Amino acid sequence: MANIISDETIEYVGILAKLELDSEEKEQAKKDMGRMLDYIDKLNELDTDGVEPMSHIFPVNNVFREDEVCNGDGREITLANAPERKEDCFVVPKTIV
Amino acid sequence: MSLMNLTATGLGEKIKNKEISAPEAVRAALDATEAKEAELNSFVTVDREGAIKRANEVQKLIDEGKLESPVAGVPVAIKDNMCTEGLLTTCSSKILGNYVPSYTAEAVLNLERAGAVIIGKTNMDEFAMGSTTETSAYGATKNPWNTGHVPGGSSGGSCAAVAACECPYALGSDTGGSIRQPSSFCGVTGIKPTYGTVSRYGLIAYGSSLDQIGPVAKDVTDCATVLEIIASYDNKDSTSVKRDSYDFTSALIDDVKGMKIGIPSDYFGEGLDSEVKEAVLDAAKELEKKGAVIEEFNLSLVDYAIPAYYIIACAEASSNLARFDGVKYGFRTEDYNGLHNMYKKTRSEGFGAEVKRRIMLGSFVLSSGYYDAYYIKALKTKALIKKAFDNAFSKYDVILGPAAPSTAPALGQSLSDPLKMYLGDIYTISANLAGLPGITVPCGMDSKNLPIGLQILGNCFKEKNIIRAAYSFEQTREYKYSPLA
Amino acid sequence: MKQYETVIGLEVHVELATKTKIFCSCPTEFGGAPNSHTCPVCTGMPGSLPVLNKKVVEYAAAVGLATNCRITQNCKFDRKNYFYPDNPQNYQISQLYYPICRDGGIEIATEDGGTKTIGIHEIHMEEDAGKLVHDEWGESSLVDFNRSGVPLIEIVSEPDMRSADEVIAYLDKLRLIIQYLGASDCKLQEGSMRADVNLSIREAGTEEFGTRTEMKNLNSFKAIARAIEAEKERQIDIIESGGKVIQETRRWDDNKEYSYAMRSKEDAQDYRYFPEPDLVPVVISDEWLEEIKAAQPEFRDEKLKRYKEEFKIPEYDAQIITGDKHLADIFEKASAICNNPKKVSNWLMVETMRLMKESNTEPSQLKFSPENLAKLVNLAENKVINSQTAKEVFEKMFNDNTDPEKYVEENGLKAVSDDGALREVVQKVIEANPQPVEDYHNGKKKAAGFLVGQIMKEMKGKADPASVNAILKELL
Repeated sequence: MANIISDETIEYVGILAKLELDSEEKEQAKKDMGRMLDYIDKLNELDTDGVEPMSHIFPVNNVFREDEVCNGDGREITLANAPERKEDCFVVPKTIV
Repeated sequence: MSLMNLTATGLGEKIKNKEISAPEAVRAALDATEAKEAELNSFVTVDREGAIKRANEVQKLIDEGKLESPVAGVPVAIKDNMCTEGLLTTCSSKILGNYVPSYTAEAVLNLERAGAVIIGKTNMDEFAMGSTTETSAYGATKNPWNTGHVPGGSSGGSCAAVAACECPYALGSDTGGSIRQPSSFCGVTGIKPTYGTVSRYGLIAYGSSLDQIGPVAKDVTDCATVLEIIASYDNKDSTSVKRDSYDFTSALIDDVKGMKIGIPSDYFGEGLDSEVKEAVLDAAKELEKKGAVIEEFNLSLVDYAIPAYYIIACAEASSNLARFDGVKYGFRTEDYNGLHNMYKKTRSEGFGAEVKRRIMLGSFVLSSGYYDAYYIKALKTKALIKKAFDNAFSKYDVILGPAAPSTAPALGQSLSDPLKMYLGDIYTISANLAGLPGITVPCGMDSKNLPIGLQILGNCFKEKNIIRAAYSFEQTREYKYSPLA
Repeated sequence: MKQYETVIGLEVHVELATKTKIFCSCPTEFGGAPNSHTCPVCTGMPGSLPVLNKKVVEYAAAVGLATNCRITQNCKFDRKNYFYPDNPQNYQISQLYYPICRDGGIEIATEDGGTKTIGIHEIHMEEDAGKLVHDEWGESSLVDFNRSGVPLIEIVSEPDMRSADEVIAYLDKLRLIIQYLGASDCKLQEGSMRADVNLSIREAGTEEFGTRTEMKNLNSFKAIARAIEAEKERQIDIIESGGKVIQETRRWDDNKEYSYAMRSKEDAQDYRYFPEPDLVPVVISDEWLEEIKAAQPEFRDEKLKRYKEEFKIPEYDAQIITGDKHLADIFEKASAICNNPKKVSNWLMVETMRLMKESNTEPSQLKFSPENLAKLVNLAENKVINSQTAKEVFEKMFNDNTDPEKYVEENGLKAVSDDGALREVVQKVIEANPQPVEDYHNGKKKAAGFLVGQIMKEMKGKADPASVNAILKELL
């Protein structure tokens, strides 16, 4: 069973992931994704009825911090690698609203 | 004999006995690296100045009796996905090509506190996504056994550096086999510890529920020693597990009498190279000769591990890599028109093809309508795989098998067929899904004179079992130095 | 003319009053230079990891209990993925699948004098985003991550409200509950409480819900009321002219009193929620839950009742005083010391309110202590000072928390009650003002007022007016 990945799907995924592919890359992506999804479909063979999805391997709970201030002025550290900076802020292209 | 031919603990001992000094050892590493890098390309960054400065500091501390660690003064290489304060950290990606972290990863800090001297950051598959170190934006690393072949990945740089004797040991990271497989391809030893054993704070995340940092070195003793140093409970990492004991070196015993070793018959089917199969089964026989009880069994679910892994890893990665957007750090595209255009161009230009592929797959499997069919299904599969291992470990102390279906492929062979490349992870990924510790030790050579690795898996928190088994096996083999060593 | 019913649900975000952020130890303090309250965790630096602030769980559970919710004793965090510059990781850690509280409700008073329960669908914990400041003249925006990681709880109601009044009543009640818990100061204008309104309309008597829109940027109760009216009208217009309401997010502009759609094809609104792998589940044991329950304060409604019954405070006054926990606290503490709740309430209702209004002070900013207020009440009750002096002393106390007893002592403000001295002064004034005295005797009672004024002047305001009047009358 082949997963046919459409242009719309690639474009949609591109919006989700903020990736822009040229037409050649898009074609390759469609093929690659289709093949990978075909392979992933293999999981449908496995009967997982009644199985609890396991996101954490160990039954560790309640890892907390106390509500005490430990951090100081983080400006320099935070802005050290800023691609564009204006005084103490990051500069980005204007956001809508 | 070059100082770099010694093991890390061997070198550490000489430094302790004042036979050599830390600056000498570090200079030897830097010189070896300089000599071999043109051919090998195992480092992204070599920090000659910083290393020598640190070596002098460490020597002073050793002289003052303040550093007792077995690796005090010994040079180390760190995979470039671990943050090192003040030292370029790129994940072998263009998007972090200029990123200098303001802090150091906890595991690396543990090493530094013990007196280790970082000589540089090693090359890797971009963001740890790959099995050959060919997806690096800074060129592929070559296998020191045959520079026409890959060293494996994603910790290819670390393993090659050790195998080529540029540095006595290194740190790597393992999400789907990225320490164990390249160790196998390069003829060195590497350990992936139980999930949660080594802090992930400062490890640039790929698959958060799968990633672990581990040592790569020439032998099991070095690996166990280094693991003891880097493993710690870290309250900055919520997934850090407070272990009862951080002792691993007491397991360095040559004794496997009565040890129950399970060999999954599903690991030895089609797709496994016959020479690898033979070498691994021979290794099992060696252990049997030493008194271990070997038994074949059905692990099951082996075929489902790879799809489950890729769904989970790519899903997590698609989210973990979203932060690379040109706003706060790293690369930003030069020409852009508005915010979303800036995002798209930055990421499309900054990421390589494999990374983009996995981000897209990850975004897709999490997207509306597909979450249950893919992501939840994968988490259920993961639960079943864990259960299968729990079953197996109720019968066996360790599980033995190959680390990879073949020896190192030639350069340029793997990337054109990503799916085939993913299938190569078949023996390693289950351990990441189930959080198990695993070790790779060299066990032979193939007819192309490429190393074959033996993988031993243990139950969660049972590093001592795999260390003992690996150490015992290691005694039956002599360490082979690569041609570039 | 068709009758339409407005169906309203609210999503309220509340900034919790913890000292530190939800996943790191940066301060949540308001203000500070941009990006000064940041660290690798709340700015999404590579390799950083979140660690949960225990106080956030306690506040969230407390709010849940106080709003009659079921506490999810095994709750988890999820990632909400979307790209925006104020979101450093381009994902927000929130709770979708297992929020900490579910299925609660609070009672509000309805217009007809009855009550109604507004259901609470769920309450969950999440992190706040940073702030974006838009460059008026240029092509760029500036990002400040001070607010990134500040803990929020989001309270999602059922679509149970039917009018702006009900919405305001719900928000008011919610705000008081949360203030009483000390979980937040809930100020709409400051953004520590933010309300998004989900609104749809349907023909009266029908069961099916219409398509709803979401409105944001509602910064005051008035704005909320205006926005609701406007959106209701807008949707009715669409339906009446045969159109269909589009499900969208709209931004309210209170200056222009209209909303506009925040449409963007760059944003798929597909958040791809999945369990946060970097955090472990939160298990709230029965014991812990009991502890949180035990720590719940007396809430507004109970206090109101008690003030009326126990302290015999009139309804209106009790409403005002219990309307803010700080006021209620001052009232109770001061009353306990001086045992004069009526007078304490009076000081709060009259002079305190007056000065608060003049100086634009919030109850939480009041400087004077209940102990000092009690002292002042006693000084006045015992006629140590007269009422005029008391007012002056109060103002000093309001501004600087001056100890009234000390102040009176140091400035010699004690009322003169010495009869003899007073008589002398009254006599003196009578003799010095023959004309007003004559006027008084001729029936101009008002002339006495002039004499009283002169006497008070002589006494430098320290006489007790009642005594003055008595003696004057006697001597005239």
